[in-house]
Amino acid sequence: MALLEIENLVVEFQTASGPFRAVDGVSLKVHEREVLAIVGESGSGKSVSMLAVMGLLPWTAKVTADTMTFNGRDLLKLSHSERRKIVGKDMAMIFQEPMASLNPCFTVGFQIEEVLRIHLNMDRAKRRARAIELLQLVGIPDPRDRLGHYPHQMSGGQCQRVMIAIAIACNPKLLIADEPTTALDVTIQKQILDLLMKLQAEHGMGLIMITHNMGVVAETADRVIVQYKGRKMEEADVLSLFESPKSNYTKALLSALPENAVGDRLPTIAGFMADEAAAAGVAS
Amino acid sequence: MAGTSAPSTEFTGSVSVDPSRRARFAEFWYYFSENRGAVIGFWFFVFLVLVAIFAPLIAPHAPNAQYRDAVLVPPFWQEGGRVSYLLGTDPVGRDILSRLIYGTRYSLFIGVIVTTIALVGGIFIGVIAGYFRGWVDIVIMRLMDIILAFPSLLLALVLVAVLGPGLTNAMIAIALVFQPHFVRLTRAAVMSEKSRDYVVGAKVAGAGHLRLMFRTILPNCMAPLIVQATLSFSNAILDAAALGFLGMGAQPPTPEWGTMLAEAREFILRAWWVVTLPGLAILITVLAINLMGDGLRDALDPKLKRS
Amino acid sequence: MNPVVLEAKNIVRDYHLSGGLFNKARTVHAVKGVSFSVEKGKTLAIVGESGCGKSTLARIITLIDPATSGDLLIDGNKIDIGKTALTPEMRRKVQIVFQNPYGSLNPRQKIGDVLGEPLLINTGVPADERRERAMQMLLKVGLEEKHYNRYPHMFSGGQRQRIAIARALMLNPSLLVLDEPVSALDLSVQAQVLNLLADLQDEFQLTYVFISHDLSVVRYIADEVMVMYYGEAVEYGPRDTVFSDPQHSYTKTLFAATPRADVASIKARLEKKKAA
Repeated sequence: MALLEIENLVVEFQTASGPFRAVDGVSLKVHEREVLAIVGESGSGKSVSMLAVMGLLPWTAKVTADTMTFNGRDLLKLSHSERRKIVGKDMAMIFQEPMASLNPCFTVGFQIEEVLRIHLNMDRAKRRARAIELLQLVGIPDPRDRLGHYPHQMSGGQCQRVMIAIAIACNPKLLIADEPTTALDVTIQKQILDLLMKLQAEHGMGLIMITHNMGVVAETADRVIVQYKGRKMEEADVLSLFESPKSNYTKALLSALPENAVGDRLPTIAGFMADEAAAAGVAS
Repeated sequence: MAGTSAPSTEFTGSVSVDPSRRARFAEFWYYFSENRGAVIGFWFFVFLVLVAIFAPLIAPHAPNAQYRDAVLVPPFWQEGGRVSYLLGTDPVGRDILSRLIYGTRYSLFIGVIVTTIALVGGIFIGVIAGYFRGWVDIVIMRLMDIILAFPSLLLALVLVAVLGPGLTNAMIAIALVFQPHFVRLTRAAVMSEKSRDYVVGAKVAGAGHLRLMFRTILPNCMAPLIVQATLSFSNAILDAAALGFLGMGAQPPTPEWGTMLAEAREFILRAWWVVTLPGLAILITVLAINLMGDGLRDALDPKLKRS
Repeated sequence: MNPVVLEAKNIVRDYHLSGGLFNKARTVHAVKGVSFSVEKGKTLAIVGESGCGKSTLARIITLIDPATSGDLLIDGNKIDIGKTALTPEMRRKVQIVFQNPYGSLNPRQKIGDVLGEPLLINTGVPADERRERAMQMLLKVGLEEKHYNRYPHMFSGGQRQRIAIARALMLNPSLLVLDEPVSALDLSVQAQVLNLLADLQDEFQLTYVFISHDLSVVRYIADEVMVMYYGEAVEYGPRDTVFSDPQHSYTKTLFAATPRADVASIKARLEKKKAA
């Protein structure tokens, strides 16, 4: 049985200029111990669909789905408080901006221990021990000292490691990583990706990797979903996606990679690329 | 469908029409009208402006005409009231309604003049402080801090005492007292805009200091200034009324609301309407403008703007 | 050999942080003696991660900030904006395109004014000719005449970057500094903008200094590559030499860290995973 199963997810936002459909009938499954990458450009609804699963969308969003089950439980039927027990414990998320995701007013240690206190009800000494263990796990040197540090005293890569520590604090079954390395340098990106893959393998988590970077997809995913304008374009295992893409959009995306350039111009497939202009209408 | 010809499907407006301004106004009105108090305040303000413009047509009597036979007549619904003096008369027999109507002119005039002086001066000083920083900034801001350290009405009183009582001097004094708020706001906005890429871009295009300050940066700092200007508008009316009440603002027999209050002070127990009605006029006007200011802040301040 | 458009000799830039109540005053060396030269019609890519001094160097080349020491020669003329005021002729020779297309255009300025402003400031060109030339440039970068009266917020990121490129080209510069021009753009739009840059380079014989952290883009667009690390140029040479035979250990680390999106490396990874 799949860990997360979504059938026909639709998310609509109420805006000044009428309803806007950000996710349009997306279905997906994530199994245990599987890395699923959701890839798409900005406005493809890849983040919104996962925020909908987490229940983190603002009230202006209307979420509907035929099924949305996690670990055998129907997320659509859960009350807010029941859902909060799952979110952050069995299902955790890390975000793009590590600096902005940590609260600058509290120490790193406090923020890790907070999760442990809320979800696992550990006592003070156990919490502290576990926090040190977690920091060690995500590869932060001198974890004992680091507990007392504030986010601004750490680099972006280290903050992302702390975010990962918070996310895996309760041994989640599913980790959703929303562009976890986009704000980071390439060398740091490599370290964070390696860390995520290591933790995923060791803990047997399901991992959903949301990204726009085909390189990140190639380096991490087992299975890939390509999304465009809120719709699912293609779903395939990673090798066949890169070897023989089915949808035109995927082909366009892959051929637009500079490393795949033939000759001195990059191919741009007209049909899909024309939508750049249409995007202007949406933006205004 | 070719890549370059696709945009034509999206926009069909001609080049000369500027669809953006209307769209921006529509968006502004959408956010503004979400705040019901703001809309009420706005319409009341429009009403006040109309009253002020057409005062001679609306007012049943001249504001300073004294009717010896009708001294301290109560409003018409009370015993002894007369329909020809709808809101009663004051101790020297002047029609209160007419004086209130003409008073609108003074209040709006005070608001406009004070806000304009404070806004223009404040923007100019604030842009210079925020753009050049360094010692210019330090000198200007410490001076503003000193002005801000005084209770505003007290400082206005002192200034009026030095300049001599009168409506013009009161307005100058109030404008001076309000200026630092605009200076601070402008400076903060300029400082945050100054490091943006488009300013550097204009600099690379060769723009000089004056152009950068007033053409490039300033238009992008206007939203918080407009909000602050509305709020000062009402404060100016309030302070001018206070100065008038203390005898330092508009001098009798000017039908200014604060002065009307001061003149009627001794009759407060015998004739409630002579103080209550001008007081209510001040209260409602200030409330309406403040409500409108709140709505403007919601609609213009990007920090509060909901997506 | 083509004439050299830009030559930098031993450029140094220090920032002096004045000490506060508790901190001592200290000096940060953002750029530590960097030298390079670019020929006409060629592209030099400056690669590095955040904090390596590449953006500081961009600001020096674009004549926004002065260098602390070192010589900067543009078209053979030595320029030091710290000592002498910049003439309009020198100003128009170097232009820049910024990374973030959402911050680099004045939100209160119509596109027509954005494009006309450089001409208005630097030349005595009359209004209708300014309009004419702005229109031509709009078409050249793949936009349309009807966009002339629109405001920046009505455009997508890729279109804004086209506008930013158009503005930079209005003064017919000989050198264009591109500070991460495509890193904020989606992949498909990135390809379009890169193509546009290549087209413009061919047409106007433009010289590019292309600043980026993305090695795949650099490999595609550059003629020469300079790798910066903590303010120093650790690697500098023709593209193929640098990519096929990197000398410095940092360059090697950088190459190794760049994710690969080719079938062979995916196969290798899956094999390794199965074995583990």
